[in-house]
Amino acid sequence: MPAVEDYVARIEETCGEEKGAVVTFKYDKKDDAIAKIMKKAKLKNSLSGIIFDLTFEGVSFRMFSSGKAIFKGFKNKEALHDLLAVLLL
Amino acid sequence: MIREDFPILKRKINNNPLIYFDNAATTQKPRQVIEAIKNFYENHNANVHRAVHTLSLEATELHEKARKTTAHFINAGDASEIVFVRGTTEAINLVAYAWGLRNLKKGDEVLVSLMEHHSNIVPWEIISKINGFTINYAKVNEDGTLDHEDFERKISSKTKLASLSHVSNVSGVINDVKRIAKVVHENGALMLVDGAQSVPHMPVDVRDLDVDFLAFSGHKMLGPTGIGALYGKKHLLETMEPFQGGGEMIKDVIFNQKTGRCGIDWNETPWKFEAGTPNICGGVALMAAIKYLESIGMTEVIAHEKMLTEYATKTMQNCCTKLVLYGTEDPALKCGIMPFGIAGLSSHDVALFLDNYGIMIRSGFHCAQPLHQVFKLQSSARASFYIYNTREEIDRFIEVLKEIEQF
Repeated sequence: MPAVEDYVARIEETCGEEKGAVVTFKYDKKDDAIAKIMKKAKLKNSLSGIIFDLTFEGVSFRMFSSGKAIFKGFKNKEALHDLLAVLLL
Repeated sequence: MIREDFPILKRKINNNPLIYFDNAATTQKPRQVIEAIKNFYENHNANVHRAVHTLSLEATELHEKARKTTAHFINAGDASEIVFVRGTTEAINLVAYAWGLRNLKKGDEVLVSLMEHHSNIVPWEIISKINGFTINYAKVNEDGTLDHEDFERKISSKTKLASLSHVSNVSGVINDVKRIAKVVHENGALMLVDGAQSVPHMPVDVRDLDVDFLAFSGHKMLGPTGIGALYGKKHLLETMEPFQGGGEMIKDVIFNQKTGRCGIDWNETPWKFEAGTPNICGGVALMAAIKYLESIGMTEVIAHEKMLTEYATKTMQNCCTKLVLYGTEDPALKCGIMPFGIAGLSSHDVALFLDNYGIMIRSGFHCAQPLHQVFKLQSSARASFYIYNTREEIDRFIEVLKEIEQF
């Protein structure tokens, strides 16, 4: 059964105003992860095919074609994990 | 020519040539340093001191030669004034615990500034909770420069130690520590300087500056992580108690049958501060890094960085309407550290966008939250330069900043 960990290599908390987390997708799964997220989340803005401004279920986040995403506005790590599960699985 | 010495600069990130602008966090390593590490482990690896075999003698000789080289680099009077530590953080903690814990009491004051890295704030806050002394914070002006008047106003006969960064790791502002040390000494206090961002970038002469302690890290000056140095005036180190206990830092540990306890004689300075097996290879590699920097010349190093800073400041000022430079824009007052922001984007957004083009910068508050409070910011993006960076790299960086501004 697929799991969030199949797609996510690392989740690191950010410091500063954007109290949130940087999610790094596994290199060999990043294109798959990006495609799945783009299907489910609402695209608000994008630039050069590099940065995508997205929202999903009230959470706004930015995803990068290099395979990283910055999530803000989630309650805690478990909530972020749950959100990723809905987006990726 | 210099760039050829750095193998990592040949790397491509996301199919773009690597542009490394995160030098205030750590620097890349020349092949001379990498070779020194390889050579040590292939030919000389053994534990130092107290063994009589050939390899140990060779390792000890290299280890102590590294200490002499480090002392010479900052013009210390004697190699015994150099204590090898893990880095700047450990060096400041060493002074806080080995000197501060025993010499500071209720009613005493320690003076720091609001531009300090957390490593020059947190140790003092921890010790003050034990000893009850007061910590005063000197103000920083809106442009990131130190408010000298406030600093000097806050020095009194109660001040026992002033601890200040030589160069801010956020704004790159250079503090006039020679002037400050003079005032500090006139008031009978000691002066500790956080040299993490100065020793790698400019000539630093501890005797000319007349500072009592200087802390710095090897990895910010081409050396490996896990090695750094604390300079301390000999008479101060000699009167200080050890920081940590263990092997290497003692002369004798003798069990007394009558008391049922061990009597301990400390080793001499600096070894009494170096408990356990030191980072021998780290010291040897630091020596190689110092020799590399000396072969260029520290005056040349700072001149190159000032040229890049001036160029980057001019081009960044004019490139984008949404870009804001933080801190002073006067290159005469600073080193090659450029904090900035782009309106509507978080520092992490900027860093990740640049990363896509192989450009590495820092984002966040850079372990200096109080200074970000002064700047009324939660975080900043930071580009920082070193000897291998070029104007062409800055041009590429500006091109990408122009692109991200369209978002």
